[in-house]
Amino acid sequence: MTSTRTIHSSTAVVDEVSIDLVRAGEGKQLLFLHPVDGVDPAQPWFGGLAECFDVIAPSHPGFGASEWPSEFRTVGDLAFFYLEAIRELQIEDAVLVGSSFGGWLAAEIAVRSTAAFSHVVLVDALGIKVGGREDRDIADVFAVSQEELTRLAYHDPDRRRRDYSAMSDEELLAIARSREAYTYFGWSPYMHNPGLRRWLRRIRVPTMVVWGASDGIVSPDYGRAFAAEIPGARFELVEAAGHYPHLEQPERFVDLTREFADA
Amino acid sequence: MPELRVYHFSEQAYHAAWEIETDSLRVTLPNRNCDPAVASNIINERLDEWMLCDELGLDIMVNEHHSSATCLSPSAAIPLAMLARQTRRARLLGLGFAVSLRRDPVWLAEELAYIDVVSGGRLDIGLPKGAPYEISPTNSNPVKITERYWDAHDLLLKALSHQDGPFNWESEWFNHRQVNIWPRPFQQPHPPVFVTGGSPGTARSVGERGHVLVTILGGWKARELFDIYRRRSLEVGRGFPGPDRFGYCALMGVGETEAEGHRRLQEIAGYFRTTSIVGEAFMNPPGYMPPPANAQWLKRNQTRGRAGDHFPATTRDGRKLKIGSGAGMGTGVSAQDMVDAAIAFTGTPDQVYEQIVEFCAHSGGVGNLMIMGQGGELSHAETVANLSLFSREVLPRLRELDQSAFVDAARERLEQPVATA
Repeated sequence: MTSTRTIHSSTAVVDEVSIDLVRAGEGKQLLFLHPVDGVDPAQPWFGGLAECFDVIAPSHPGFGASEWPSEFRTVGDLAFFYLEAIRELQIEDAVLVGSSFGGWLAAEIAVRSTAAFSHVVLVDALGIKVGGREDRDIADVFAVSQEELTRLAYHDPDRRRRDYSAMSDEELLAIARSREAYTYFGWSPYMHNPGLRRWLRRIRVPTMVVWGASDGIVSPDYGRAFAAEIPGARFELVEAAGHYPHLEQPERFVDLTREFADA
Repeated sequence: MPELRVYHFSEQAYHAAWEIETDSLRVTLPNRNCDPAVASNIINERLDEWMLCDELGLDIMVNEHHSSATCLSPSAAIPLAMLARQTRRARLLGLGFAVSLRRDPVWLAEELAYIDVVSGGRLDIGLPKGAPYEISPTNSNPVKITERYWDAHDLLLKALSHQDGPFNWESEWFNHRQVNIWPRPFQQPHPPVFVTGGSPGTARSVGERGHVLVTILGGWKARELFDIYRRRSLEVGRGFPGPDRFGYCALMGVGETEAEGHRRLQEIAGYFRTTSIVGEAFMNPPGYMPPPANAQWLKRNQTRGRAGDHFPATTRDGRKLKIGSGAGMGTGVSAQDMVDAAIAFTGTPDQVYEQIVEFCAHSGGVGNLMIMGQGGELSHAETVANLSLFSREVLPRLRELDQSAFVDAARERLEQPVATA
């Protein structure tokens, strides 16, 4: 499922903020909001989406090589930034897709405005509190080793370990910046906005919640609770996938998205 | 020239936990492993030792850590409050109060002012930045922690020194509208401030403000940091700082014989073998270090690992000692090694005196010495013997030490054009 389409990587200035942007494919626009680590366009899911969508994948402010204005303090601030980006990049009638932290961000954007979107896809999204005060809805990724984190995040962790010593300084710096920003925005309340759940009902465009059956960071039940807050939302479980179904089951992920958006 | 002040310090470690097979003595070790009766003995023995310091002419230093078997004091203010009442003479240094991890620096200012008033103005305020493994137990965001630290520092000092009715503080980190603490501190405008620092950036920031810069177990590189402080102090027009602006903390085991001193030191050095037994996730939370440093950390640490070279001590001739607690570390390090790396003063009283003088000379004058006179499993009786011998045989000679030649040498060194060595 590798794409032969041209991938454009560029730096764009949006609302006075310089951000990294990867763009590929033609067709209906699809805005992809990445999880903690940024988008690798060499991954099969990216190529698969680019077969039928005009995929627009920015690095969030503070993540990767994107600038981080000091006024951006909350995921809500990132959401307002994206609403400006949507206007400046002329995104219309698009599919909004967000994975993990990017799913939280997608929900924050959608509760503010869905004017630019025909469909919303949330993939193992963070962002709300569903259990009681002593329930840990979201695994504490800051309290586990790299090895434990890999085990929690993937259905097949053996294929997913990363060799940092083989990476370039530029790649490592991008990872370090992304983790710093992710930590800052998600530290407390931990990876959620207590106010968000109440407003999910404002997402009135067709929404699909996609979840990896083996997700050890946020369980499928959390995903079902998330979907239940969004009027008419459809829930899709992806077998043999963890927290990142687009990485572990790219064909299934692309098929689901394509079919859902009727693209 | 001001005298050399010597503070006695202990971490109040719960050493019974050191026998437990665990990958973390901090944050995650269940507290069912803490027998409150044992903890009670440990804490009371340590408090007795600090009370003894008051009689021995030593000053007192306490600290705080959170969720840790390596240190039972969760707030430096608690032991200092007791000692403020029960001692008569000693300076009371909390090194320190993790001001940037506290929810509210104003509340800390109130507690500190109370201690200063009760003690009749004997409080010294130490403000460390907080170790990475304090981040999770206090649920403090590790990102931008240095910015939050200096904001907390500014708010704390203003709360301690402002006398003209409520003031307002609406910063990135803290929000108050009516700050007006009662009582206000005994010492004016506020008690002396000590800051721990192992990095050039911190040394500069502290030099700019004229606080006391303390290096903990940094060995011979203290001179480098003190020089950064001295340069910055000159640049901002504070003049050339005297020894009272510098502090150094090291282990101390003295004995009637060299062997006795070394034996005491080795028990205290249990500190090195346990302090960095910390779960991988808590060693370096994302954002605690700046991204470029974290990028290099990732490269070096495929798994972040436990301990590593937590104390990569180096001797004067450049020999690196693995003094931390990881596999194969610590146990092979001799008393002489620790002396060579200037992370301990040990042996007979003469030897200890000479080692301290050599360190002060090398560093350009040090006005505050923090000795870890208890650590690890060193018993109460042994600690009393250690501190008493130090006080009888070493302290009087240190009191007479004239450091002006050390300061002059540092001044000359800084006036030289920057050498390329």
